[in-house]
Amino acid sequence: MWQRILALIAKEFLALLKDPRSRFVIVVPPLVQLLVFGYAATYDLNDIPYAVYNEDPGADARELLAGFRLSRHFRESARVLHDAEIAPLIDNRTVLVVVHIGPRFSRDLATGAPARVQVLVDGRDSNTALLALGYVRSVVNRFNVETAARLGQPRPPAQLETRPWFNPNLESRWFIVPGMVALLTLVVTMLVTALSVAREREQGTFDQLLVTPFRPVEILLGKALPGFIIGATESSAICLAAVLWFKVPLLGSLLTLYTGITLFLVSAIGVGLMISSLAVTQQQGLLGAFLFLVPAIILSGFATPIANMPPILQKLTLINPVRYFMVILRGVFLEGTPFHLLIDQFWPMAVIGAVNLAGAAWLFRRRLY
Amino acid sequence: MNPPAFENTSQHAPRGGAGQRLRGLIRKEFLQIVRDPSSIAIAFVMPVVLLLLFGYGLSLDAEHVPLAVVVEEPDADTASFVAAFQHSRYFAPVAMANMAEAEQALQARRVNGIVHLRENFARQRRSAGGAPVQIILNGVDANTARLVQGYVTGAWETWLAHEAQGDAATPHPPVVVEERVWFNSELRSRDFLVPGLIAVIMTLIGALLTAMVMAREWERGTLEALLVTPVAIQEILLGKLIPYFILGTGGMILSVVAAVGLFEIPLRGSLLVLFTASSLFLLAALGMGLLISILAKNQFVAGQVAIIVTFLPAFILSGFIFDIASMPGPIQFITHFIPARYFVAILQTVFLAGDVPGVIVPNGAALLVMAAFFLGLNRLKSRKRLG
Amino acid sequence: MIANSPAVETPPGGGPADAALEFRQVCKSFGAGPKRTAALKNVTFQVQPGVVTGLIGPDGAGKTTLMRLATGLLAPDAGQVVVLGRDATHDALAVQAALGYMPQRFGLYEDLTVAENLNLYADLQGVGRAERRVRFDELMGMTGLAPFMRRLAGRLSGGMKQKLGLACTLVRSPQVLLLDEPTVGVDPVSRRELWAIVYRLVAQQGMSVLLSTLYLDEAERCHEVIILHEGAVLAQGAPASFSARLQGRTYVAPVPATQRRDVQARLAVAPGVVDAVIQGDNVRLVVDGDLSPAQWVRLRESAAAAFEPVPPRFEDSFIALLQSRRPPAAGGAAGGAQADIRRGPGRHNDQTAIVVRDVSRRFGEFIAVHEVSFDVKRGEVFGLLGANGAGKTTMFRMLCGLLPPSEGNLTVAGVDVRRAAAAARGRLGYMSQKFSLYGHLSVWQNLQFFSRAYGLAGKRRAARLAWALGQFELADLVDATSADLPLGYKQRLALACALMHEPDILFLDEPTSGVDPLARREFWRRINELSRDNVTVLVTTHFMEEAEYCDRLAIMANGQILALGPPEEVKDRARPAGGVRPGMEDAFIFLIEGGRQATPGS
Repeated sequence: MWQRILALIAKEFLALLKDPRSRFVIVVPPLVQLLVFGYAATYDLNDIPYAVYNEDPGADARELLAGFRLSRHFRESARVLHDAEIAPLIDNRTVLVVVHIGPRFSRDLATGAPARVQVLVDGRDSNTALLALGYVRSVVNRFNVETAARLGQPRPPAQLETRPWFNPNLESRWFIVPGMVALLTLVVTMLVTALSVAREREQGTFDQLLVTPFRPVEILLGKALPGFIIGATESSAICLAAVLWFKVPLLGSLLTLYTGITLFLVSAIGVGLMISSLAVTQQQGLLGAFLFLVPAIILSGFATPIANMPPILQKLTLINPVRYFMVILRGVFLEGTPFHLLIDQFWPMAVIGAVNLAGAAWLFRRRLY
Repeated sequence: MNPPAFENTSQHAPRGGAGQRLRGLIRKEFLQIVRDPSSIAIAFVMPVVLLLLFGYGLSLDAEHVPLAVVVEEPDADTASFVAAFQHSRYFAPVAMANMAEAEQALQARRVNGIVHLRENFARQRRSAGGAPVQIILNGVDANTARLVQGYVTGAWETWLAHEAQGDAATPHPPVVVEERVWFNSELRSRDFLVPGLIAVIMTLIGALLTAMVMAREWERGTLEALLVTPVAIQEILLGKLIPYFILGTGGMILSVVAAVGLFEIPLRGSLLVLFTASSLFLLAALGMGLLISILAKNQFVAGQVAIIVTFLPAFILSGFIFDIASMPGPIQFITHFIPARYFVAILQTVFLAGDVPGVIVPNGAALLVMAAFFLGLNRLKSRKRLG
Repeated sequence: MIANSPAVETPPGGGPADAALEFRQVCKSFGAGPKRTAALKNVTFQVQPGVVTGLIGPDGAGKTTLMRLATGLLAPDAGQVVVLGRDATHDALAVQAALGYMPQRFGLYEDLTVAENLNLYADLQGVGRAERRVRFDELMGMTGLAPFMRRLAGRLSGGMKQKLGLACTLVRSPQVLLLDEPTVGVDPVSRRELWAIVYRLVAQQGMSVLLSTLYLDEAERCHEVIILHEGAVLAQGAPASFSARLQGRTYVAPVPATQRRDVQARLAVAPGVVDAVIQGDNVRLVVDGDLSPAQWVRLRESAAAAFEPVPPRFEDSFIALLQSRRPPAAGGAAGGAQADIRRGPGRHNDQTAIVVRDVSRRFGEFIAVHEVSFDVKRGEVFGLLGANGAGKTTMFRMLCGLLPPSEGNLTVAGVDVRRAAAAARGRLGYMSQKFSLYGHLSVWQNLQFFSRAYGLAGKRRAARLAWALGQFELADLVDATSADLPLGYKQRLALACALMHEPDILFLDEPTSGVDPLARREFWRRINELSRDNVTVLVTTHFMEEAEYCDRLAIMANGQILALGPPEEVKDRARPAGGVRPGMEDAFIFLIEGGRQATPGS
């Protein structure tokens, strides 16, 4: 039996690697996505274009503005002399933020009355707007601390000492890149497995396989194992790239990581083979894979946190294997989460994998004829 | 037998002309669309499903963030500080007995951060230096962490203002920031995601659908039979463009209705601008799809290429979710070749800001150029020839 | 051997303007760099107006390329293509307006109805509303599709699709009609109907028709034939003029049914013999022109029968022409010698290999196979024949275990294939219509895979692999990618894979469709040998002359068996009272049409 399965695996690899199309599918999309996601997918904000509308001639105002100029997050791109000039700047997206210092700023500061700084923000991109506001606040707070010290005022009754754990510089890339391991591994295993049976059906070789002494289970294994090997290779390569190229720390143990990879691959292959056994043509297989991939990625917590979703969708994510793998990856990479803390992530993937594989085997038997 | 001379044919040369041929092709295309459930699904079901899925599934607004609050020495002062967090809709504080417990909760991802008030908070609070409050955040999700940090600062400022009011001894901060957020005062992420989403969905419909249908004609050999009729190549192209343009416009209307009706996104600009911009974009997307299928000549390859070159870039490089200005220079350069980038900019402005010529004209012009480029390339690449 | 093949004839008389279609020194190549291959080499010919011209040639000879050049869909690398006096390359639109072209796979929109397809082509051809009605009636009458106007084209049978394709090509009567293998994969009844339509068009409208085909009997129906071989025109002329060259070299020998295949196999490889085939109750023989008396004696001995001279037919001359261009095949002779040694003992023992009892298969409401019963004995060659949609493919798939029957019992080699352990399938061999190979794998990798799939190992595996390479002459091609092989070689490789494990029962689904006549002869020689080695062979085919090679055959229609028995018996059922025994094709058509009348509403 194992000799026959080995023959199937060897054939599957040859077919995949000799076909320029499937070679393309295995190599190009992961590479492109690695680069694109790694570099383009970032929530970090630098170079926020802002305009200054300063009606106060005093030194305090200049000092506050110096805080903005010296911040690496801001880039002054316009100066406003008139109220009417503000709207076009924001409307046309020339600037994201307008800092407006009124004529009474220095006077209020000197008299101890609250000196007001008006900050206008383009809210079209709410995330960017929120982050920009955060940076504005931190510039103003720094100014406040310095001013209070200079004026001999007591410091505010409580100061925040904020310390982000696991990702001290709050780099988006540390968050996105480990997620990519799941994403790209998923895409490749899905494309390899979801199309494999359909391709043979189209070429007529599937009938040929069925009249040979292969048992359905053997054919299923012969289809699953190449997907597993390719997926494991792919995810190892991306983990390596994450550590060596993108310099993401890998704190946890490889054992934990590979337990996660193995369970995830089993569940992804299960879904892929399920689609494969339903699809008659490669096109249906492709469509099916696409219809699974898009929600699976959106509902995985890859780009936006699951906690932000409405409760119903949060429940729905429980059947998505990618969701668990995301937690494992980020935990193992950034937090060094030990094995036992991830058991709650392992078992659902094992269950999903088992159910899918059993379903695929059942469908496979039924659709053989 | 007399060989029939060629002249005879010119007498019954095609009479109906281009109009009749084009009508025939368009009618055929519509009949196929109606009979093929998959193209109906791609055109009408997919936009709605994707819009619902993305519209609800993609959200950057963190609310009720679970925070562990560790108070070493509870009294009235700490209670007033914690109250600022309790009253914020952004937080769901959980009281914990000690730091060990809180840190464990953070590791197990039960809480996103810890607020730690040390033993002598009440005493230090009244000293000149003030009391330090330790905030620990889970920084894995950097974006969320940064937002939470902002919310924490907000809660802290609220508390400061409150204390300053009740107690003259407590100084107020010298400079107060007055924030005014234009266009989206509540900063709902959905308001900016949904318009961008429409661009992504339209890219999918436009490119995927046409990429598949033209390749289908190659694959099934129907094109070979069409090519030997007196039909001109531009008529075949138009015969594809027009039906799918109409279908795409239908999908667009559906998406806009869903955005306004379901997600309550304000539409501040005019429908005319919206329609014009989406027509230009559709032409570019359809042109891209046609080009893919003319070059691929095979539904399977066309489908894969369409997903790789249209959907993913539209998703990541269009500014729909990730800010283009923050990307590295070379990648910013690439985004200029992606039609969705211009459409996203127009959509976000037309929905949230209104008809701003400074945004709409340059982006619209870019779309026009891209549409002309792709359609022109189609015309060049397709001849009445095989091979 | 023929001393010299007929030279390329220069077009007789008449100015070039008279020709409906003319190729002048046309060359066409595909691909680039080292993979660049010439599809057409310096092709020159004329097609006479108002007649049917046949374009004959084996698979890959360049027939489709030639057709596409004539339509202006391809541009020649060199030379000129002239249609009705106009250059097809530079004046493509004008040429296309006067031309009708039916590609090999006609582009019917399968999700449109018959009427909608016709309307589309009428729109494209600029046929007005009023004339359309008249024209459609005419076409539908001609093709017999009138009752199906509202049916989706995708739900028509293969033959009906071809007729609809032809009708779409004819919505505005073209002056020149190009048909690219219109009869491939079409059953004899539909084939005959298609020909009737073509003849009518030529007779009534003076249409000029160029038709490519693999069927040599169809060539005989053409006014003139052009023989294309490896991209060059070998010969052109009236079919009779070809046959004339073989005058006095064609014979038949009546041989009793039980020995016919053996005699044919021996004669086919005997020296001095160009071709030997089974034709009805006889073995038909084409011999060299300069046969010595000694050779004659040997031939008579090995046939053990008298030879009777018969008039040559086109097929004889075509095979002779191709044989003369081919180096004598070493494998062929070896196989023949083997055949003589291994005269199978107990060839017709009474062991039953396949039992089919009251088997039915339904797809929803549709009954594809209805209560069919038959047996196949061990070592028998059993043919399954039927029109398109008769249910023979369904029957075939059930026999292979690819489809469960809805009712009834079905055992192969004594076991129920569907329930049998995997090991039982190891005794079956299967070769599908599409010669299903792993296209991206090389010849060697395909052979390796199937040898392991059947669980061969060690010395036996090495021996079988060596056998496959030697027996099927694949040794030089081990590294070739199987998708790039010519069709004939694909067929050989597919058969090699199916025989890798020396199966007891071999299933062949239209094993020779699209393959040229020489490859077909070679293929049947191998089947013959297998049968002598007691291998049971079950085969489906559209070629009626191949049915003659079967020990017994079943003709199916409407999911039922119309006739079952040895070829003579089946043919006798169609014999008119007191008349002569008809040919297999006539018998087939007679039976099918009888069956159609018997079950109205089909």
